Amino acid sequence: MARSVFTVTRLPGFNGVAIAVFVALYAPIAMLVVYSFNAGDSIAIWEGTSLRWYERAWANAQVKDATFRSLIIATTAASVATIAATMVALATTRKKPFRGQTAVYVAINQPLMVPEIVTAVALLIFFATIKVATGYQGLGYLILAHTAFCIPFAYLPIRARLEGMDMTLETAAADLYATRWRAFRHVTLPLMAPGILAGFMLAFVTSLDDVVITLFVKSAGQDTLPTYLLGQIRRQVTGEVNAISTVLLCLTVVLLTTFFLLTRKKS
Amino acid sequence: MSLAEARREREQVRRSWLLSLPALLLLAVGAIGPLFIMLVYSFLTPGRYGNVEWVFSTDAWRGILFTKDIFDETLKLADAHLTIFWRSVKLSFLTTVFAFVVGFPTAWFIATRPARWRPFWLFLITIPFWTNLLIRTFAINQIIRTEGLLNTILLKLGLISTPLNLIYTDTAVFIGMTYVYLPLMVLPLYASIDRFDHRLLEAAYDLYASRMAVLRRIIFPIVKPGIVAGSILVFIPSLGAYVTPRILGGGRNMMIGNFIELQFGQGRNWPLGAALSVVLLLVVTAALLVYVKFANRENGHG
Repeated sequence: MARSVFTVTRLPGFNGVAIAVFVALYAPIAMLVVYSFNAGDSIAIWEGTSLRWYERAWANAQVKDATFRSLIIATTAASVATIAATMVALATTRKKPFRGQTAVYVAINQPLMVPEIVTAVALLIFFATIKVATGYQGLGYLILAHTAFCIPFAYLPIRARLEGMDMTLETAAADLYATRWRAFRHVTLPLMAPGILAGFMLAFVTSLDDVVITLFVKSAGQDTLPTYLLGQIRRQVTGEVNAISTVLLCLTVVLLTTFFLLTRKKS
Repeated sequence: MSLAEARREREQVRRSWLLSLPALLLLAVGAIGPLFIMLVYSFLTPGRYGNVEWVFSTDAWRGILFTKDIFDETLKLADAHLTIFWRSVKLSFLTTVFAFVVGFPTAWFIATRPARWRPFWLFLITIPFWTNLLIRTFAINQIIRTEGLLNTILLKLGLISTPLNLIYTDTAVFIGMTYVYLPLMVLPLYASIDRFDHRLLEAAYDLYASRMAVLRRIIFPIVKPGIVAGSILVFIPSLGAYVTPRILGGGRNMMIGNFIELQFGQGRNWPLGAALSVVLLLVVTAALLVYVKFANRENGHG
């Protein structure tokens, strides 16, 4: 057909802009990944493929240290946040709305609304006082701060799962003289498991990616992978940063793909 | 209601609060409570080596807009501060507008794909949204820096003879913020457009409406909630941005976020940093309230 068919939903130029947007979204990330395999020192001139930047990052004690710390914080914070979020999700969805429930919603979503820099400053002030008073300088501050801002991310998928669930199964369990705990353990919990896992993953990714709050809360020598990267970006850029970023990106994409598969609605 | 029922209900409310308690406690200690301490700190005197002295003072609040002349103690507008506020608002506004200009066609494109393919295109938008903001900003930094890919290509093609000085300018911050916050515009726009009834377009074209008229008189008014949501979602993080201006703006092109950090580092003026944070928080809260009010009104009509 020589002439294109007139379709009402077509708007001139829109498809072109959209394709350009998709290219623009991915091209910089793609270049970052490509140049992590560059044999040369440049971030713009290609000098052949090599894994030297990965080897260098692997051998770097600071990187190992930061990776280990990031994983400890993310695992602990995401676990605690997921447990707390599961409990509060049960309170706010399975039962009749109670007085003060709106306040609970606002409190849970607070970390999503307040700019990160503001929370970071507030925590710096608060923890500085406690650090002086107790002398404790450990990872506890970072874990507490991460747990708090991970709660809404864990809460959302869990609540979504609970809202889509069938209450009748629990009633059936109760009719069959199951105790409240057994009904929860054998009926509710297995049904909400995908939501809990999805919530954990989102919380884990959120904690792993955090820069601003970590930067303000950490004591000296407590770099996580993102704050280590931020420090490096200030200096001469090398492919090492690209290599670390690529690994972090891969981890995020794997977790997110799993998350989408878990939460996908079966049609 | 019988006595037993009332008791059961009370029991249930008690259980709900008990279940909410761990999350509320964690949030109170790790997020909400410290905000109040920050408010208190904004009314104290800066300590000589950072932190504060517990002496009441409103200097920090006055210091947001004014400086005291060192000689005759008269108050003058703090030009440096005003420049930073103006840059923050200007860049956030430009980011929001440009994100809408390119985000709307993108959302429209996704919404008009065959239903089978829409989740795939949405997934493509969502992946950058969830990937590390630092890494995405760094990717932009590598492209536009003086010895970066953009300049290398342009020089090779002979389009420019000297490298463009894009990095560490306001333009760089604008490009970076648009890049990192664009998904926040596309997703709510898509949600609105997806519910849009395409038969309205047929009706309009049947009545000889031009494409421009259709866009302005039919599409925009109907997807307005998505436009408002997307704009707020882009504007708020832009205003509080810290990482992007730091990596792309360098030390001189600060935004409010970087200015706040400065008070806790070299500036050694914690009360001023706290006061600035309170102001930022209030502005963001006001924007959110406008949005909530708008959203409720829309729902009321729909």
